[in-house]
Amino acid sequence: MIVADRKPFDEIIKMLAPYSNILVLGCNECVTVCAVGGAKEVAILASQIRMRRMTDGVKTKVDEKTLERQCDTEYLEELKDVIGSYDAVLSLACGCGVQFLGERYIDTPVLPGVNTTFMGVTEKQGFWTERCQGCGNCVLDRTMGICPVTRCAKSIFNGPCGGSWGGKCEIDKDLPCAWHLIIERYKERGRMDAFMEIIPPKDWSTARDGGPRKRHREDMEI
Amino acid sequence: MSTQGNLERVLRSGGFVVTAECGPPRGVAPDMIRKKGEMLKGYVDAVNVTDNQTAVVRMSSLASSVILKDMGIDPVMQMVCRDRNRIAIQSDVLGAAALGIKNILCLSGDHQRFGDHKGAKNVFDIDSVQLIQCIKGMRDDGRFLSGEEVKPGPSIFIGCVENPCIEPLEIRAMRLAKKTSAGAQFCQTQCVFNLGSFERWMEMVRQLHLHEKVSIIAGVTPLRSVGMANYMKKNVPGMDVPDELIDRLKGVPKEKTSEEGIRICVETIERLMGIEGVRGIHIMAIGWEDVVPEIVKLAGLYPRP
Repeated sequence: MIVADRKPFDEIIKMLAPYSNILVLGCNECVTVCAVGGAKEVAILASQIRMRRMTDGVKTKVDEKTLERQCDTEYLEELKDVIGSYDAVLSLACGCGVQFLGERYIDTPVLPGVNTTFMGVTEKQGFWTERCQGCGNCVLDRTMGICPVTRCAKSIFNGPCGGSWGGKCEIDKDLPCAWHLIIERYKERGRMDAFMEIIPPKDWSTARDGGPRKRHREDMEI
Repeated sequence: MSTQGNLERVLRSGGFVVTAECGPPRGVAPDMIRKKGEMLKGYVDAVNVTDNQTAVVRMSSLASSVILKDMGIDPVMQMVCRDRNRIAIQSDVLGAAALGIKNILCLSGDHQRFGDHKGAKNVFDIDSVQLIQCIKGMRDDGRFLSGEEVKPGPSIFIGCVENPCIEPLEIRAMRLAKKTSAGAQFCQTQCVFNLGSFERWMEMVRQLHLHEKVSIIAGVTPLRSVGMANYMKKNVPGMDVPDELIDRLKGVPKEKTSEEGIRICVETIERLMGIEGVRGIHIMAIGWEDVVPEIVKLAGLYPRP
């Protein structure tokens, strides 16, 4: 899923300064699962904004709504009749939702209430970590199911680098060294021969480096 | 133009090489490099020039190497993968070779988190093993990574680094095997303080017959003070400074600490010289370059061939 962090409250308040009629808009997908942009968080943030505006003596109307998804036109249509009554929408969706909503309703400013951080997993309650960078050319079959692009701070393909220490990464002693993990699995599965193979330079053209990506399935078009 | 640098010449003649390190300045101060060069000239066979080490901005490794080269010193230009993609890397390899640089040392590079521009975007388009392969391909096959022709290719003596003192040691030996098969011709090691660990690593290196294919140059660093030893132990990634060494430094009066540090370094070199497969030493006297001539003389490695 996509993981996000809520923006600092003061930054949100500053962003909303020019507006009086605000819609705080949640998304029922990833940001709900990572507890940053679902209906519950929308309610909390909307209350916080109301209280701050009241304390500051600024008349404000803050409404709340949560869509099933903000990255699908189908659900964005639900706002068709109401969005015109707001000065701005504060979206708690990931960057995709914020942009897509803004594209659909070009007359209303759509502002980001969260910082989209990574594609990851819930390791345990309240703890999410990154697993994939969407490089467009998966190598997990060669690296024992552990992604060096994402989990190595240097995205190196022939690790571990000289900074790996006691199985940890040089940048953070709490961060496992991806190559340490990969080698442990090579050993467990008796595949150290695979470790000895030099992985050639990656073709990054399928990643962000190749420009914005798209996927087209003509057979699915209506 | 001669295709062989001094480092390669001494190694090929079977000599025990001595190299030292020169960190470029944090400003337009070519004289600072010349001063370090003068200090080292005649005492070492080549001078290793760091490439924005610890991700702190310094004068480029290429420019600094050329300044040393113009003084008649054989520079070992470090090249890290952190700051340049394959286009810039190959372009710099061509530029370095055109300016007479004979040796390139390939490294991944310290993460920018350690440096003075923590918000920088890193590159790591290719890694150090792929960099070795890339330079070898340009030199031996006359091909860029893209497969296009390099006309003419660069004549470069290719180096790598390895850390012989971090566990698991067998992985470090195997990684050297990877670098060797990629094309590394010499290997400079991280500072050796833990000789026991280094000896175990060398044993693995010999078992894999790597010492026959790649010249191992063991890194040494004279410890100037107890504070420096503690700092390196705690803060430098991958640095193994045994407590016995720190205790030994603590055991002498403060004004004698640096002298003791030099003594430890010379003893280390003597031990390293006796290890089968060690082809030289690389003295990394960080911020204490003027001590290098004394160490070289005390170790009986002066004059240079």
